[in-house]
Amino acid sequence: MRDVRLHAGIPVKPVYGPEDLAGRDPARDIGQPGEYPFTRGIHRHMYRDRLWTMRQYIGFGTPAETNARFKYLMAHGQDALNVAFDLPTQLGLDSDDPRAEGEVGRVGMAIDTLADMEDAFAGIPLDRVSVSLTINGMAAPITAMYYAVAEKQGAAADRVVTTPQNDILKEFVARGTWIYPVDPSLRLVGDLIEFSARRYPRSNPVSVCGYHIREAGCTTAQEMAYGLAIAAAYVEMMLARGMAVDDFAPRISFNFTCWGKIFEETAKFRAGRRLYARLLRERFGARSPKSWMFRTLIGGGGSAFTVQEPENNIVRGAYIALAAALSGAQTMALPTYDEAYTIPSAKAQLIALRTMQICAEESGAADTADPLAGSYYVETLTNQMEDKILEELAAVERMGGIVEAVKTGAIQAEVARQAYLFEQKLVSGEMPKVAVNCHVGDRRAEADREVELYAFDPRVAATQVARLATVRRERDDRAARAALSRLTDEARGTANLMPAIMETVKAYATLGEICQAMKTVFGEHKEPIKW
Amino acid sequence: MKVLVAKPGLDGHDRGAKVVAYALRDAGVEVVYSGLKRTPEEIVAEAIQEDVDVIGLSVLSGAHVPLTRRVLEGLRAQGAGEIRLVVGGTIPPRDVDALLALGVSRVFPMGTPLPEIVKFFQEVTP
Repeated sequence: MRDVRLHAGIPVKPVYGPEDLAGRDPARDIGQPGEYPFTRGIHRHMYRDRLWTMRQYIGFGTPAETNARFKYLMAHGQDALNVAFDLPTQLGLDSDDPRAEGEVGRVGMAIDTLADMEDAFAGIPLDRVSVSLTINGMAAPITAMYYAVAEKQGAAADRVVTTPQNDILKEFVARGTWIYPVDPSLRLVGDLIEFSARRYPRSNPVSVCGYHIREAGCTTAQEMAYGLAIAAAYVEMMLARGMAVDDFAPRISFNFTCWGKIFEETAKFRAGRRLYARLLRERFGARSPKSWMFRTLIGGGGSAFTVQEPENNIVRGAYIALAAALSGAQTMALPTYDEAYTIPSAKAQLIALRTMQICAEESGAADTADPLAGSYYVETLTNQMEDKILEELAAVERMGGIVEAVKTGAIQAEVARQAYLFEQKLVSGEMPKVAVNCHVGDRRAEADREVELYAFDPRVAATQVARLATVRRERDDRAARAALSRLTDEARGTANLMPAIMETVKAYATLGEICQAMKTVFGEHKEPIKW
Repeated sequence: MKVLVAKPGLDGHDRGAKVVAYALRDAGVEVVYSGLKRTPEEIVAEAIQEDVDVIGLSVLSGAHVPLTRRVLEGLRAQGAGEIRLVVGGTIPPRDVDALLALGVSRVFPMGTPLPEIVKFFQEVTP
């Protein structure tokens, strides 16, 4: 009989039964949906009361182009947005910066000033639509722009629902859009959490990500362990800043990946919810049940998709959507079948949205809370996954804790090592992938086939640079300079920087200027190169 | 055989670069890894200082054509045109010929099996 082992390293038996759960206490470990420790989900009736939010990741070219795509998907039933920014924006470089050559508007939309943010959300009421902002190193200024646009639209602060990703630790581990050294970067994360918790009570000012770490190579159990370790680091930081845990923890949200290995993913999320609830209640003393809840976006993993026979990815997406639904997602997003080639075409985006809608409306996965509960296999796997996650958390502690592990590069090296092990399993066929390492078709015919792809418009950069020049010319330059110099001064102290950042944004300072105003004080991160 | 695996531009995705670096090292190739977000000028300087035979660029952001052009120009300007350049990453099929025309020795687009990349480095003569 073939040996089967999950990504987390857990061996799978051909059959499970009651003996696998002997000695466990179902009331303590499994409980009821909507009740501590939330193994079965964070709401009593789950999708019968409220379906998961569908939130495709979108952004490309100029703010006006992205605005049109937002409206296209909303017209087809998408109920929330998830914004992609281009790399210069993510790294605090203006579109006319020489380092931005070739990157403007490529992997997301370009934002240089508040004027761009106004265009991006023109005609989209920010007191009614919830918006995720995939921004980290520059989360504070970009979210400040978002709050400023909401204010200009006349949206009441307590109606604004936005989720800036604002998770810099995972950028150091995996995604790479770090700018400043670790400590000042963490300060900015804390400033945005604190400011938002006080002024924008329905915002989710941090979205803790396991997603990108797994996509960079780690295992399922490591993904959850590293995500929980990062969340705990932020909680500790906010406590040290003097906030009470129940004043910010209810607004912490999560972002995790999901591949098509349905039961492993479901077990990962069930175990993760249980561990997070215990962490917040037992270790941090949170009293509000909302603080105990692991609210998560489950995003389909782009690295589960293949360049070979890309239409097969539509089928993979359907299994991923099913796994995410069975895992109790609050929000769902799917990669598109053309993921491996380029950013999505409108057609590919629509198919991904339709996949989630078919899962919601036709498959039955949304009919009842946690339909896999009580399965000998899934409950056993949930317990085993919990043990594995705890082992990985202990390994992080041995590295000196997550912040230290990021500074030394130890955790980055472990993720890379796992990526290499995984690749070897793809090469050997131990990790089957259809049309890649098994059931391989005619590669030559495949190579000659055309896939309909999004065509990048090379005029985007020129348009964006011209727009930036106009804003610079028309703004009150003295006001912008004064706001920037106040920001530099405040960066030298310890005050919350958000009010000063809000001022720079409203004076139409550019993102590059704002980034530089802080870089003068904070300096730049030097990557520990360890592999 | 000595190789510089390098990440030019702003893209922070280093999974592919590190996996290739590990595979080459296991195949007996001496490998230097640049780290993220290096400018083309920094990559050229590091390649010359480390005296490598081949530079492997990894780009997943879509900016591969201008970045590759600048690395090649930099190598020629420094009189290091003998250092060979290969490019991997998210390279759409239509851009493969454009990169080869610039003077790149080989392109490894997404989906290239790892053993194929290793084989290239084992067969190329320094």
